[in-house]
Parts: sequence; C-alpha cells; structure tokens
Amino acid sequence: MEQLFSLTPLIPVFPLLAFAIIVLWANKSNKLSAGLAIAGIATSAVISWLVIFATLAGGHHVQVEGWSLPVPWLPTGTTVFNLGFAVDGFTAAMLFMVPIVSSLIFIYASEYMEGDPRYARFFAYVSLFVFGMLTLVVADNLLLLFISWEIMGLCSYLLIGFWFEKDSAKKAGLKAFLTTRIGDVLLFAGMLFLYSKTGTLTFRQIFEPEVLHELANATIWGMPASVLISLLIFGGAVGKSAQFPLHVWLPDAMEGPTPVSAMIHAATMVSAGVYLVARMLPLFAVVPVGALQWVAIIGAITAFFGATIGIAQNDIKRVLAYSTISQLGYMMIGLGLGGFLAGIFHLLTHSFFKALLFLGSGSVIHAMEHGAHHVGDHHTDPQDMMNMGGLAKRMQKTYIAYMAGTLALVGIVPFAGFFSKDEILADAWHKAGGFNFGSVAFWAWLAGTLGAFVTALYMGRQIGLVFLGKPRTGLSEHAVEPGKRMTYPLLVLGFFALILGFANVPENVPLIGNGWLHHFAGMIHESAGVLDLEALPLNWGLAAVATLIGLTGFLGGIALYRGQQAGQEDPMVKLLGRPLFTLLKNKYYVDEFYFAVIINPVIKLADLAAKFDYDWVINPIVNFVGNTGRWLADVSAEFDRVVVDGLGVLGTARFFKWMGKELRYTQTGQAQNYLLVIALVSLSLVGVYLFGVGF
Amino acid sequence: MTAIPLSWWVSVATALFVIGLYATLTRKNAIAVLIGLELMLNSANINFVAFNRYTTPNQVGGQIFAVFVIAIAAAEAAVALAIIIATYRRSATVDVEDIDSMKF
Amino acid sequence: MAEQIVFFIFTILVLGGGIGIISTKNLYYSALFLSMTLSGMAGYFVLLNAGFLAAVQVVVYVGAIAILILFAIMLSRRMMTSSEPQTNRQTWLAAIVSPLLFIAILVLVLQVNWPVSSAAPTGDALILLGMSFLGSYVIPFEVISVLLLVALVGAIILARDTHTDTGREQ
Repeated sequence: MEQLFSLTPLIPVFPLLAFAIIVLWANKSNKLSAGLAIAGIATSAVISWLVIFATLAGGHHVQVEGWSLPVPWLPTGTTVFNLGFAVDGFTAAMLFMVPIVSSLIFIYASEYMEGDPRYARFFAYVSLFVFGMLTLVVADNLLLLFISWEIMGLCSYLLIGFWFEKDSAKKAGLKAFLTTRIGDVLLFAGMLFLYSKTGTLTFRQIFEPEVLHELANATIWGMPASVLISLLIFGGAVGKSAQFPLHVWLPDAMEGPTPVSAMIHAATMVSAGVYLVARMLPLFAVVPVGALQWVAIIGAITAFFGATIGIAQNDIKRVLAYSTISQLGYMMIGLGLGGFLAGIFHLLTHSFFKALLFLGSGSVIHAMEHGAHHVGDHHTDPQDMMNMGGLAKRMQKTYIAYMAGTLALVGIVPFAGFFSKDEILADAWHKAGGFNFGSVAFWAWLAGTLGAFVTALYMGRQIGLVFLGKPRTGLSEHAVEPGKRMTYPLLVLGFFALILGFANVPENVPLIGNGWLHHFAGMIHESAGVLDLEALPLNWGLAAVATLIGLTGFLGGIALYRGQQAGQEDPMVKLLGRPLFTLLKNKYYVDEFYFAVIINPVIKLADLAAKFDYDWVINPIVNFVGNTGRWLADVSAEFDRVVVDGLGVLGTARFFKWMGKELRYTQTGQAQNYLLVIALVSLSLVGVYLFGVGF
Repeated sequence: MTAIPLSWWVSVATALFVIGLYATLTRKNAIAVLIGLELMLNSANINFVAFNRYTTPNQVGGQIFAVFVIAIAAAEAAVALAIIIATYRRSATVDVEDIDSMKF
Repeated sequence: MAEQIVFFIFTILVLGGGIGIISTKNLYYSALFLSMTLSGMAGYFVLLNAGFLAAVQVVVYVGAIAILILFAIMLSRRMMTSSEPQTNRQTWLAAIVSPLLFIAILVLVLQVNWPVSSAAPTGDALILLGMSFLGSYVIPFEVISVLLLVALVGAIILARDTHTDTGREQ
C-alpha cells in the first residue's frame, strides 16, 4: 500500500507531458491535442485515485502524518532546500477534486472551443494550468508550491487573455496578472522571512511545535514573526483567491473562454489561495489573536460585499464571478475562525458546484449564440440575462444540472453547499458564543448569514431570468442545447453537487451522521497542537434558520424575476432604491477608486516626470551638455587637424618615409652581401669574446 | 689513442669551412656558391665525426648527425639545382648578383 | 705515425680540392675539385673509425651530389666557357674577413680543453648505428626521409618547364 505513494510525483507529470507534446508536435491537429490533454488529466486522475486509495487504506496515521518524499535540491550553506512531495488526508481530498473537475472541464471544452482558431493552444495552456495546480497540491514545501503558484499565474494570464483580439480580454489578462502579482510579492516576502527564521520551507518542519513557538516568540519589526509571516502569506492568498481588496481581477477574468472561468473559479486558481491558507493554518494560529483574525475579517467583508454586488449584475458569468468571490470569503471565514475542516470542506464542495454553474452558464451562452446565428442577430449580447428567459424548456439537461448547482450554492438540504456552508456558520456561531457584539466571530457569522440570503436572492434572480418565464429575445427563442460532450459533464458535476455533502455530515445527525471527511482530512494539523480541531455537532436551530433564509431568498428571487418582460426595469431598483442599486451595479466603485487613487496618480506622476524630463529640467540640461560637448569637440577637432595630424601623425610618417628611402640602399638583395655581414659580425663577436673588448 | 690529436681535425675542419665560406662569398655563379656551401657542410661533418670519435668512442651520435647532414645536403643540392635550372631558363643567367628581384 | 701520414695525404686531397675550387675560373674544374675534396673526406671518415659514413660519403656525395652538380653545369653550357671574372665585387673584403675568421675560430676552439676519452672503440659501430637509427633516433630518421621526399617532389616541380609541357631546354 505504501508503495502506491511513490506514484505521487507522477500525478502532475502527465498534464505537463500533454502540454509539451501539444506545443511541440501535436498542435497541427485539433482532435489529437484535445485527446492528449484529456488523456493527460485522466491519467493523473487514475493515479490520484491510487494515491487516495493508499491514503484511505493507510488509516488514521497516514491521513494525519502523511507520506513524504523530500528531494534535496539546493544546498545553501548549512541548510538544504528540499523540493519534495507529500500526501496526507487534505492532499488526498484535493487530489480527488482537482483531477475530476479538470477532466470534466476538459471534456466540456473539447466541444465548447470547437471552431476556435487556437483550439490546440487552448488545450496546451489548460494542461499546463492543471499541472501547476497538481504540483501545488502535492508539494511538501512552500518553495515548490510557490513555483507552481507562479505557473498558474502565468497560465491565468494566457487564458484570460486568450481572445486577445478583444481589447477587453487583453486588459483583463493583464489586470489578473498584475493584481495577483501584488499578492505574489507579499507571499514571497513571507517565504523569505520564514526561511531566514527557520531555515526550512517544508511544511512538516515548520509545524513542529518547537519551531512554531520559536516563530511566535521571535519578533520582526516589533511584531511576532509568525503574525507578520502569516499576514504576508495571507496577502498572497488574498491576491490568488480574489479576496477584498484584491478581488477586482476575478470578474474581469470572465473575458476568457468559459471553460477557463470554470477552471480558474473552481478547480485551480482561486482554490490555491484557500489551500495555501489552510495548509499554513498552524502558523496563523500559533499566536492566539493575530493573523487569523484578519483572515476572518477579510473573509467576512468579501463574503458579504461580493454577494451584494452579485444581485445587481446582468451578465450571467459576472454574477457567478461575484458569487465565487463571496464563497471564497466564506472559506476564509471558516479558516479564519480556526475551523480548518469547515474551510476546506466548503472549498471542495464549492469547486464542484461552481464548476458546474460556470459550465452551465457556458452552455447557456453557447445556446444563445446558436440562437443568434439562427436569427442573424449579432447585436444582442448573448451573455446578458435580460436577453434570456424560458430556457428551461429548450435545454432540459442543462437546466437540471444548473438547478442542482444552484441549490447547492444556495444551501438547500441535502445539496452539498448546505452542509459545508452550515458548518462554517455553525463554527462562527460557536466561536462567538451567541449574540456577542464584541467578537469578530459574531460579525463574521452575521455577514455570512446575510450573505447567504443575498446569495439565494441573486441565484433565484438568475434562475428566474435565465430559465423561467418567457423568452425575451429571438436568441433565447431559438437557443439549442449543446451536444453530449458539454451536457454530460454537467450532469456528472450535478451528481457530485447533490451527494458530496454527505461526506461530512456531523455525527449527531441520525443515520447518516459520520463526520467522515473530518477524520480523513481534518486532522492534519493535529501534531502542531495549536488548533482546536474538534468536530462540532449540527446546530439544528442554525441549520433551520439557514435553510429558511436560503429558501426565502431563492423563491423570492424567482418570484421577482420570472415575469420579467423585455425592456422592463430591474425590480431590484425599486426594492433597493436607485442609489444603492447603482452603487452595487458599479461594484462599490472599487475599480474606479483604484483608478482614481492608484492608477491615475501613477499616470499623473508619469506625466509630471515626463514634463520635468522634456520641458523643464532634464532636457535643457541634456541639451546644454550636448552643445557644450559639441563646441569642445570643434575646438579639439581643429587642434587635431593642425597639431596632431600636421605635426604628429603626418610629421612622423614623413620622417620615417624619408629615413626608409635613405636606408633602403642597404638592402642590396644580394645574399652574398648578407652572408658577408654575418661573417663580419661573427668575427667581431669572436673578437669580443677573445679580447673582452668593452664588455 | 690514435696518433692524430683532436686539434688537427679541428684545424682541418676550420680551414675547409673558411674555404667554403670564401667560395660562397665571392663566386658569382650560383652553382659555385652551392659548391661552397657543400664544403662548409663537409667541414661540419668532420667535426661531428671527430668529436664523436674522441669524446665518446662507444656511441654514434655524431655519426648519426653526420648522416642527417649528408641527407639534408642531398635534399638541399637537389632543390638548389632545380632552382638554378629554373632561374637559368627564365632569365638566362645564374649570376647571383642578377637575381635580386627581392630587392626593394 | 703511419696514420699521420695517411692523414696528411687526405688533408692534401681535402684542402687542395678546396683551394682548387676557389682558385679556378672554370666552373667545371671547380666541380671536379669538389669531387676530390669529397673523396678525401671519405678517407677521413675511415680514419675516424666511421666506415659506414665513408661509404655514404662516396655514394651520396661523390656519386650523387657531385655528379648532379656536374650535370647541372653541363646543362647550362655557357657557364663553362665564360670569360668573365668568376668573382664579385666584394671579393677583396671576403679575402680579408675569411682568414681572420679562420684564425679567430682556431684560437677559440683550441683554447678549449676538450674532454678527450682515451678508450678505444669496442664493438661494431655499424651495428650501433643501425640500432640507433631504428631505436632512439627513429623519429628524426623518419622525418629526414619525409624531408627527402618533399625535396624530391619540390625539385621536380621547380625544375619542370612551366612554359612548355615538353620540359625541353630552351
């Protein structure tokens, strides 16, 4: 069984191979490229299952302590960088999620991307993307994690800007890259501090209790080292997982092809940030009131505000994007309140149902575009929900799957989201200890609960606008459900959205309560000894409230929007008041704020610097220096002509020419003359030797 | 020891060398110059063999060098005569004073 | 004593030939005097217990080089019958320098007390010579053979008539 673990390093290799083969050889054939990419991720999935199986069979010890394979990579003085691989329960859970979701997305994309001129390139990129994510998951140290983290950053840039003919796509790719880069720099700084303090980047070594306490007691700039390092690492996660205030890139990432959105928002990119925080949680928690607080606060802000923006958006993918931001906020709340399992449980279930929702929205857009071709209308935006309506009848499979994803997101029993979201909220409630207004946990709970209502509302709005009611344009009237390769992955994901919650039903629930995931993946930080990893019982009251809230919001949303007519004003305007609605529609003006406060001043500063350069100081100085130099050069040229050339160079040349002319008569060309000279010289040398003349 | 002292050989070799040198220096005809050269080479051979005989009688290093000198002399004579023939054919003279196209 | 007499006889041959070479005006005679000198040299080599060299001297020098020179002289017949003086303008200077150099070298060389060995040669010099040529001197030996080959080819190329393919003398 243990030997199966040695397959772990192979897991990321196959997508990488697929990438290399597509880029180097197979890119001429679309079919072959897609086949290679799918085969690569499928092989990874199979190996992942073997590894998961080994973890399952290994029992509690393996699931907690894990298996690891350190590979010494770079000796640095007294320490050695290890680039190793490790598997524990958490990794195994991620290895379950990433390959399955990615494979389904790949299969989906093989139809979705048909007709794209860069079809093969797309599969090369996504293979590389998955390679990055899988490497990140199996890495046993921060360095390898960071490398794969950056690979994903690159891929997100390439994929978001995949349709770079569109100016907006190009800008979105750049925005994603630059925004996440802020986080990456913070993360890197954190890694440097960590390495300088501990001399290792391997997770297991950092989480030794002695090392943790040493980090807690050491200070950097007046702060406990562990807090500073944790905050820096959290900065990386904020960038990658699109938390406030670095969330701005993620909605724009919708410019990429829809399968990419599903990849980024579910299986890979944004999961990476949450994964990082979950992985480093003992470091966050070692100082009781510190970094962890901030994780919860940022999470709560993101969860609530992300959700509220979602209700005012009309682009189907944009709604989902803000939903993702909001759900990531939930995960951060879970982690920030020390509920390790709650965070990662929601990460896993969310990955499935959010991938489902994105793929479903892609399916809808595909259908709408089909309708647009049919009626020859290319001015209507096929992504605008206001143009849809009544699609449930036209695309039943998509509707069923989409509904499953929606119910999971809203948190209706027994869909996956109910259990995972409820666990987070229950955790928060438990930590707060009731209505305790002085506690972060209480506010996090409040934000989460309100956010849950808003989530239900915007999902109800979406279902009502997209699938129910009557078609509002010719596009939706002639929409046609896409083929099998797109619909079947949706159904598979829908199935997971339905059942995944049962992986971790709290133990006090009769019949099905087992807390299985808790035992399998939730105990990995046990040995660090700084986290309270006790599983909470189901709080029936809270669960009831959450369900009620969810149902109310969802049904309310449907009721409000199912009768929406073409051209009619959004009912939300009346409900919220126009100013608030405008505020939400414009995403709280965060982008504008950044533009005004950061980007514009930078441009202004650049303009100022340019003025300074061209008109005021630098250029005149340069010109003055240049003119002076030219004048000096003229003088020196004259000197050169008269003195150096005339007297020096030419004079010397003339002298030697004259001398050569005179002396050349000594060169008679007669060998016998020369020989005579030799004889004479020999004679004189012998004479010198014999009589010691002079010397 | 033989009845002939080493100094006799040296003297004869020197005399032969100077005669060869004189011939080389003074003759106009290229072939005569070549003959002078041969004389000088032979005087060197006398020295080689004589010193070999008188200082290391049981080794043959000097004789071997003498053989080399003879071989080189043969090669030199062949090439020199070829040059002389070619020059004579070209300019109808073998006077080394007239062969001065290398002069400035 | 007998050896000294033989030495004198050969010395007369060698130096007499040399004097003859520089004193005669006729190039043909010069070449004949050269043969005389070279024969005397062969005698020297016998006296110096180098029989093989004596044979080489006769075969190569007298038999080949001297004949070659004679042949070259006869190819250019005008040289033989030249009435012009055979010496150039620097003869007077050479006539001063040469004897002086003779004296100088002699003084120089005879000053040295050479480490003369009194041991009589034992064994056959010829065998030693053969062993040395194919032993410690094998590389110079081979190089010399290549040099001879190169000289042979070079001489042929130089002496070939480049204007007419017949190679006949003009």
